[in-house]
Amino acid sequence: MIELHNVAYSYGGGELFNDISLKLAPGSFHFLTGPSGVGKSTFLKLCYMELAATSGQVRVFGADASQMTRDDIARNRRRIGVVHQDCKFLDHLPLAANVALPLTVAGRDASAEAANLTELLNWVGLSQHTDALPPQLSGGERQRAALARAVIMSPDVILADEPTGNVDWEMSQRLLSLLVELNRMGKTIMVATHDLALIRAAKAQVGARVLRIQNQSVQLAGADL
Amino acid sequence: MNQAIVALRALFVGDVHADRVVPPTGYTAWLTLFVSGAMAFLAVFSLALSLATGRLADRWSSELARSSTLRISAPSGQMAAQTQAALEVLRTTPGVASARALDEAEQRALLEPWFGPDLPVDSLPIPQLIEVIEDSDGFDAEGLRQRLAGEAPGAVLDDHTRWRTPLVKAADRLRLLGVISIILIAATTAAMITLAANAALAANLQVIRVLRLVGARDVYIARAFVRRFTLRALVGAGVGTVLAMIAVAILPDAQAAGGFLTGLGFQGVHWLLPLLIPPLAAIVSFWATRTAALRTLGGMT
Ligand SMILES: Nc1ncnc2c1ncn2[C@@H]1O[C@H](COP(=O)(O)OP(=O)(O)O)[C@@H](O)[C@H]1O
Ligand SMILES: [Mg+2]
Repeated sequence: MIELHNVAYSYGGGELFNDISLKLAPGSFHFLTGPSGVGKSTFLKLCYMELAATSGQVRVFGADASQMTRDDIARNRRRIGVVHQDCKFLDHLPLAANVALPLTVAGRDASAEAANLTELLNWVGLSQHTDALPPQLSGGERQRAALARAVIMSPDVILADEPTGNVDWEMSQRLLSLLVELNRMGKTIMVATHDLALIRAAKAQVGARVLRIQNQSVQLAGADL
Repeated sequence: MNQAIVALRALFVGDVHADRVVPPTGYTAWLTLFVSGAMAFLAVFSLALSLATGRLADRWSSELARSSTLRISAPSGQMAAQTQAALEVLRTTPGVASARALDEAEQRALLEPWFGPDLPVDSLPIPQLIEVIEDSDGFDAEGLRQRLAGEAPGAVLDDHTRWRTPLVKAADRLRLLGVISIILIAATTAAMITLAANAALAANLQVIRVLRLVGARDVYIARAFVRRFTLRALVGAGVGTVLAMIAVAILPDAQAAGGFLTGLGFQGVHWLLPLLIPPLAAIVSFWATRTAALRTLGGMT
């Protein structure tokens, strides 16, 4: 699904990554962990092509990201659901329209998938808030909405950046089980988090691998977690 | 062709969803309406100026080019003889199509505006005028003057070019200024709409970024902006054009008052020309906004 070959990245200062090679196989479930500021968000941005590798090659769905046109990137993003760490929404549109936004911009008729949308909003516990504007939502509600928006297109890959950062334990368990269920349906999942308890809880439900960013590189963490 | 129709349909009918994803663009909306209206108003006047001076220049050069005047001042005894001699010279001058001495009534009509209808023309030492019409080749004015000096010493040739040329030149220059004004107005409209579009884009960077991240293509995002600005320019320019056309239509008619003055206005099918201004403004706006939007998008991933 997503492959990195000898990828390096720097924001202009020192190198954040150096020579990372990695393959996200279809149907795999990965956690990406490491202390704050180590580059988890940056790594995910490389995967959904918000950033371009300074050297090396990122391949998304078999194609070299650096060779893609802007339209190719847009189309490929429809197959990757992303939960951003800072959950950006269109603040002038109600929650339901925001969650349906990927359908809208892809030219699909959102009203034809209304049942889907309702079910999804139920699942993340936001059915009471469909008409609320994003600025009126709490941090946790925004994160649940972001997850709903990430999966509405039924993407092949889901990348979640600290999706449980602002929610309580119970809700984080629910979000996790949603991700696990999506994984069971064959989706490829990668979750960046520094929450080790969440990782442990997930390992009980799914064969998740844990990647740790360390020394400008990504390593597979041992079973010691 | 089909594709163009689809694109135009998308532009005017619009995609409700694409429109909603960008919040209302506030003051830039009014700015665009006002600028297009004002610029269209000015464009109509520049157009009227160009067309009117064009007519003036054409008339001056065609009506006056072919005619000259011979003026004979002589003691009353010699007047008839010199007129005859001058007519004879003209008859044998190559390039002269016809020559005709004005009769008394015609001369009086020419003088009337200055001296009133009661002027006793026959009792005054008024020069005899001969109207000379050139053929398409024209005559050699200098050669004619020399021959006249021998045959009719009281004859003075006034071949009109002396004062016609600078007038026609001035009219042509005025027409050119009108055309330059129209071009400047179009360029200014493009510049102002680009500024307004850039302001709208900058105010919506966050929106654009979100749209990009959820998989919107550039044209989808650009269209939301382009559509608004194009429609606003069309409406603004439409209002400005109609107001200016009304203003031109109710201008007092200068035709009756002065022979050479043509009214600043449109004649006949020229009334259709200003109607091109609103669609042109829409095209300028479409192009300016699209360029601005795609440039902004190009700077994002
Ligand atoms: N746009 C940026 N420009 C420059 N430096 C950045 C930018 N974004 C992040 N960084 C830096 O890159 C490092 C990694 O950031 P990030 O990927 O957000 O880490 P994490 O998600 O693991 O907390 C940090 O030191 C951060 O300051
Ligand atoms: Mg981060």
